[in-house]
Amino acid sequence: MPVEIDVQHVARLARLALTEEEQERFRRQLGLILEHAENVREVAAVDVPPTSHPIPRSNVLRPDDPAPSLSHEEAMASAPEEESDRFKVPRVVEQE
Amino acid sequence: MTAELCDLTAHDLSAKLAAGDVRAIDVLESTLRRIDQVDERLHTFLTRTEGQARTQAGLVDERVARREEVGPVAGIPLALKDVFCTKGIRTTAGSKILEPYVPPYDCTPWERLQAGGAVLVGKTNCDEFAMGSSNENSAFGPVRNPWNLETVPGGSSGGSAAAVASGQAVWALGTDTGGSVRQPASLCGVVGFKPTYGRISRYGLIAFASSLDHVGTFTRDVRDAATILSAIAGHDPRDATSLPEPAPHYGAGLDAGVQGLRVGVMEDWLGTEGVQPAVRDSVRAAVDRLVGLGATAETASLPHADYALSAYYLIAPAECSSNLARYDGVRYGYRAPGGGDVMEMNMRTRGAGFGDEVKRRIMLGTYSLSAGYYDAYYGQAQKVRTLVIRDYEEAFRRFDVLVSPTSPTTAFRLGEKTEDPLAMYLSDIFTIPSDLTGTPAVSIPCGLSPDGLPIGFQIMGRLMDEATVLRVAFALEQDLRFAARPPLLEALSA
Repeated sequence: MPVEIDVQHVARLARLALTEEEQERFRRQLGLILEHAENVREVAAVDVPPTSHPIPRSNVLRPDDPAPSLSHEEAMASAPEEESDRFKVPRVVEQE
Repeated sequence: MTAELCDLTAHDLSAKLAAGDVRAIDVLESTLRRIDQVDERLHTFLTRTEGQARTQAGLVDERVARREEVGPVAGIPLALKDVFCTKGIRTTAGSKILEPYVPPYDCTPWERLQAGGAVLVGKTNCDEFAMGSSNENSAFGPVRNPWNLETVPGGSSGGSAAAVASGQAVWALGTDTGGSVRQPASLCGVVGFKPTYGRISRYGLIAFASSLDHVGTFTRDVRDAATILSAIAGHDPRDATSLPEPAPHYGAGLDAGVQGLRVGVMEDWLGTEGVQPAVRDSVRAAVDRLVGLGATAETASLPHADYALSAYYLIAPAECSSNLARYDGVRYGYRAPGGGDVMEMNMRTRGAGFGDEVKRRIMLGTYSLSAGYYDAYYGQAQKVRTLVIRDYEEAFRRFDVLVSPTSPTTAFRLGEKTEDPLAMYLSDIFTIPSDLTGTPAVSIPCGLSPDGLPIGFQIMGRLMDEATVLRVAFALEQDLRFAARPPLLEALSA
């Protein structure tokens, strides 16, 4: 059976503004994809450890040597909007 | 039409350059002429860089004129999938959300090739953020397959595959997360190679699913694959997942043959419904060739591979939903107009900036990572990943390589699978397992279907053992002598 998901809730978590048509389509398509994907539960026993990475490595560090990084101008060059050499965004607080 | 400079292999061209028979600028002009002839129909490139390419070719010619030794990538026209960041050259990932993005730095693979004198002709079209199997998910329109313009080139690195197949680049780089190098290579009749996870640095690559993303190569033959891999492989301190082990020179031992080599044939996969008869026959014939060359072939199986597709479509979207959180309309890229507050601006920017498949996967990943579902989906998929890795380890105790079709079908028609995501996903069913395990695998052309479309033969090897994969591929390539060319090229006037 296709999986029922709360598309509006997931879209908000994912920060995606979706049209009504998209919500309906994704609800249907994701339901089918998840139904298919559920077969992972058939084989994954409790005693099988999960793999997050094909070649496990831990604590990969490099020497902490100072080196030049991007200049302020380079970092700002692709900003959609800026003011006084800073990234400009719509207001953050006073949402209520 | 006789082959022009742009149709030759890199090793042929490199020899001619070193001998002074041709100049890098001649090779480049031949390639640029070809781009002018066919790109309008194929839509291979998102950005062309001929000005810079002429400068790079000129520098190589000056070095040759001064009798300096130049390396094997010097003067060879290269194309990069548009997920490789190139300083000062627009890099879009095939997405509207990055349409205006000009990176302030170079990725490591391009930095290394550039240092070797490579000549970049352009950035190739691809599925948006490398998500897709047909190139139809590009925000800038699909690439067409040079073998038949009504069919897809495969994806997601479809532009890179089409470029190499049509003489618009001698070789190209792509990325392979679920098969995005091998599957388009198969559909376009070129060699597509994905080495071990971490063998090639991903510093400066636009990330899709970080535990699965690999850099891979598109070349006209196996020797070129070994050459370009040798030029870009090896540790990079700027990528924490980069392998610290030194990368060997992959050209050595290529021609050692396959005498006594144990080949495991993926019979289950060949028997899968959906595998075209021509694909099955062609792959079996190639196995017979390997046996004729002295290898032994027996049935191999990977019992949990049937679950690999499901695991992949939980893990990759989960990682993508996290990786793509950075596209928020604040620091670079597209920002949607309007939007009363930051949250609304973020949502509108992402809603308008991402295409269908990307949104679908972000949603899928967000859902499967959300509270209450994590263990049921993502956690289970990670366990399946362990089982698939164990299957490979088990199989590689008996066999030196495993072989299969690269994709169940030859190139399919544009629009054929766009309404059915699951059908599209099945196109990568034989390539996904090697991404979950991080093991090296190559696709080489092994024949043509009755309707004249290329068929790809996949050779999969042990972790870190690129050398054996390439050795088998080289032996088979020398024996098969696949020399067909896209009809499009035959029709060009010289």
